[in-house]
Amino acid sequence: MIDLWNVLFDPDNSFLRLALYVGTLASLPFGIIGTYVVTRRISYLAGAIAHCVFGGIGAGLYIQIKLGITWFNPMYGAIAAALFAAVIIGLISLYAQQREDTVIGALWAIGMAAGILFIDITPGYFDITSYLFGDILLISQSDLYMVIGLDIVTALISILFFNKLFAVCFDEEFARLRGINADAFYILLLCLTSITVVLLVRMVGIIMVIALLTIPPAIAGIFAGKLWQMMAISSILCAVFTWSGLAVSYQFNLSSGPTIIMIAGIAYLLILLVIKLKNICK
Amino acid sequence: MAQNNIDVQLKDVFFFYNGVPILEDVNLEIKSGAFAAIVGPNGGGKTTLLKLLLGLLKPDKGKILILGKSPEKSRLRVGYMAQYAHLDLQFPVTVKDVVLMGRLGRNRLGWYSRDDIHAAESSLAEVQLANYASHRFSELSGGQRQRVLIARALCCDPELLLLDEPTANVDPQMGETLMKILQTLNNRMTILLVSHDIGFVSQVVKSVICVNRQVLVHPTSSLNGMVIKEIYGGDFCMVRHDHSCSMKNHYHD
Repeated sequence: MIDLWNVLFDPDNSFLRLALYVGTLASLPFGIIGTYVVTRRISYLAGAIAHCVFGGIGAGLYIQIKLGITWFNPMYGAIAAALFAAVIIGLISLYAQQREDTVIGALWAIGMAAGILFIDITPGYFDITSYLFGDILLISQSDLYMVIGLDIVTALISILFFNKLFAVCFDEEFARLRGINADAFYILLLCLTSITVVLLVRMVGIIMVIALLTIPPAIAGIFAGKLWQMMAISSILCAVFTWSGLAVSYQFNLSSGPTIIMIAGIAYLLILLVIKLKNICK
Repeated sequence: MAQNNIDVQLKDVFFFYNGVPILEDVNLEIKSGAFAAIVGPNGGGKTTLLKLLLGLLKPDKGKILILGKSPEKSRLRVGYMAQYAHLDLQFPVTVKDVVLMGRLGRNRLGWYSRDDIHAAESSLAEVQLANYASHRFSELSGGQRQRVLIARALCCDPELLLLDEPTANVDPQMGETLMKILQTLNNRMTILLVSHDIGFVSQVVKSVICVNRQVLVHPTSSLNGMVIKEIYGGDFCMVRHDHSCSMKNHYHD
């Protein structure tokens, strides 16, 4: 542990420090938005948005390299694709009478396919594994600013509209009857989810996004009696998983994203097991 | 509550689902102060009628007025109790927070004032659950949860109270308590409740609205076998409530 401490403050390891800062700051929106995703039961939608992000990254690379618009960071493409997917998926789940899951499953795959096709027609070689599984080396100074921005936006929206968002997640029909524009809040929630997912993609990659978005709130939900407590606990858990994941991955020279997910997943399953055993022993 | 005002008015209302008529040519007027039950067989259109009154569904033809305005415009003056079965019991929420939802829509951001919290507490007291305010919603029994949802509807301070199957999932004794609470509430608001349990509600409500694609209104006093058979379209068991054995000339071993 002391070793890691020294490593952390070694000037050569600024990337590790940056990853730690971003991971810590990002835990707040992950905890808040993750709680909404879990309680509103839209993790499947979050998964579809995450995979559409890949289409945006592919398009971003194409625009940047093939079209020569150098200022266009692929992350802009990712954010645009995420917001676009959030609105489309939101409208489908609101207005599709049936087969909602099939349509969303199709979008999920189309997003992935579009990403690969864009990369095919873009000259040069790209290592897509860093997008799929995350890479802390990819985290840049601009991510830090983006995280701070997202912190402010999610904290502000969820404090300002806490009761309304709570109502829309807990009992949408009743919220509607109290004059709340439930559809608009639902789309807003999906847009916030989509920006959060883009950030998560940087850390743990597209494929494992849902795990880090849903595992901390799932654990928190076991202990929390109120929604805000669930948010607070899952933010803390998210930070703890990120820190320990980064530490373990550095120590044993492992990929950081999968290590974070593995620690979170095992913690969740162990807690479920302990609860089950406790109930049996009673 | 002004007497002789018409709280609910439906004129020539039709509702179709995928081309199939669910409600046909419904004409209905419910006066202020009424206490009525909407009864009928499953699939007869009870829930559809309720959702039309709430403005969650729109009629394909005809006109609906609630408290003199369109259902959407009157929403904040109507209290609605849904069945708790559609709620996620794993949701981390306290009883008080559920009841407070009734005060939403009163200000732009949806923050609760001191008055709102008082209103929630007194609504909980009205359904005899004052001591449960800080309990988790999922810890309560079915009957208690149903009463919390009634408290939430009361917290809206409604002029018209709509209830969807308030006695479903509730044991008979609790059902009677619920009905007594509703009878008291009827002194200050119009109440309409959906029930499949005609025997149970006919003791307390003043009139019965029968829904089976068409809608007919009967005063409770005229309920008899023929009418009920007409509604449900078949044989049934009927329990008479107007006749009870006195304890004196009735022996138990």
